[in-house]
Amino acid sequence: MISAYIIHLLILIGIYVILALALQIAMGFGGLLNLGHIAFFGIGAYTSALLTLAGWPFWLAFLASGIIAMIFGFLLSIPTTKLKGDYLALTTMGFSFVIYAILLNWTDLTRGPLGLPGIPKPSLFGISISSNFNFLILTIIIVLISYFIIKRITSSQFGKVLESIRDDELASKVLGKNSFKVKAIAMGFSAFFAGIAGSLYAHYITFIDPSSFMIMQLVPVLLIVIVGGLASLPGTILATIILILIPEALRFVGFPSSIVGPMRQIFYAVILLLILIYKPKGFFGRVEME
Amino acid sequence: MLQIQNLKKQFGGIKAVNGASFEIKKNSITALIGPNGSGKTTVFNLISSILKEDSGKIFFNGEDITHKSIEETSNVGISRLFQQSRLFKNLTVKENLMLAICNEDTKFWKNLIGYKISAEEEKKINEIAKLVGISEFINKQCKDLSFGQKRLAEIARAIIKPHSLLMLDEPVAGVNPKLRKEISDLLLRLKENGDTVLLIEHDMNFTLKISDKVVVMDEGEVIAQGTPSEIKNNKKVLEAYLGD
Repeated sequence: MISAYIIHLLILIGIYVILALALQIAMGFGGLLNLGHIAFFGIGAYTSALLTLAGWPFWLAFLASGIIAMIFGFLLSIPTTKLKGDYLALTTMGFSFVIYAILLNWTDLTRGPLGLPGIPKPSLFGISISSNFNFLILTIIIVLISYFIIKRITSSQFGKVLESIRDDELASKVLGKNSFKVKAIAMGFSAFFAGIAGSLYAHYITFIDPSSFMIMQLVPVLLIVIVGGLASLPGTILATIILILIPEALRFVGFPSSIVGPMRQIFYAVILLLILIYKPKGFFGRVEME
Repeated sequence: MLQIQNLKKQFGGIKAVNGASFEIKKNSITALIGPNGSGKTTVFNLISSILKEDSGKIFFNGEDITHKSIEETSNVGISRLFQQSRLFKNLTVKENLMLAICNEDTKFWKNLIGYKISAEEEKKINEIAKLVGISEFINKQCKDLSFGQKRLAEIARAIIKPHSLLMLDEPVAGVNPKLRKEISDLLLRLKENGDTVLLIEHDMNFTLKISDKVVVMDEGEVIAQGTPSEIKNNKKVLEAYLGD
């Protein structure tokens, strides 16, 4: 029997795999440095939590979490369509601050800093997924479906158009590609998968508050994408496993719990520096960071 | 086929294009020449809608394309080669060509279901790759190509894009004499097959040998236009070019 701790880590890995694969669509394939990605995760988590607390069935709330996040993704792509690189990063970071502020201050809906407790464990077609082992099975199924769809999108000719926009948007337009439409779809689907990852997170932890969706929470996800390699889906999975598991070792070194958190941040920073210096394409990336 | 009417474009105080007018005929090779900074590339950018004109009109096959977006202009049938390499460097040469051959690839759901380019399109890609001489490195990533290979791959991409006008900005700049000859032969072959070409080129031997018409620009204005032999002996052109 797998221990509860291992199951917990595997579930976390699953949720982060979906979140990082989602970021790969926009950032790895589309070249869109979207620092608002964590906001889509938050939107998905809150949508699913609020709907199930209002009595909606899990599967419907789960789908709604992706769709609502996707709508925000489309909306965010409209004002940011002409932005690139640093400017896009700053604007999307602003978006994540706005969503965080809404989650914190719209207390009638979100209970603000008190958060939403008692989010029900999922139940699908009459089967309760209350045990963590069952939740792990559900997570694995959703990871596999997400991977299949994202792989299908990115390896299709549409994915190549997205990559052409990443490499040279003007040249892509000169070939007659509607880059606004393609980027909006990429941002929308990226947000969709971040949203369903948020839903899984909310129903696993059963309590969410705005602090789980601050920009700092995006750091490990960004790191996974960079370490795994831009536009590499297998690299993303490998990097997620490594980057979730290695900091866990800190728990067994004997550091006091107050130090483990900051140590984890230091670990991420060191990994990021080493990768950028010695392996700028990440594990399996074809695309160099610019 | 293409009519440029009194086109003007100013950057700050500099008149980059100052009332340029000329036209090009179907199934011909027209060269746009002039000293550096005479406004040739700006005219190319205005035709392909990368820049918006201050005034003037551009007609293509009788249609006013002055206010179209870049992709709309491309989709009326104008294909363009840039002065600097603008290949999609992380994709292979073949993937670059596949992107150029049609625009079905921007249809999301069709692609998700499993759209693939047709056997006919695949055949066309292989034919053009053979014609341009890029078959050997068609599966290489563009960032790994030499300068000459990049130029050929980019020319192939411009040719493969469905078009009725091919605009080439300095297609043989920095290219060795052997490759230059191959590109010159290629352009003549394209013309034989019914293509229309508008090109910018500094190499006079190359330009005058293959062009049916030459338009000369200086300081944003068209100072002369005519056949290569007329241009060779035009006093204004000699003054602008040689500073005599």
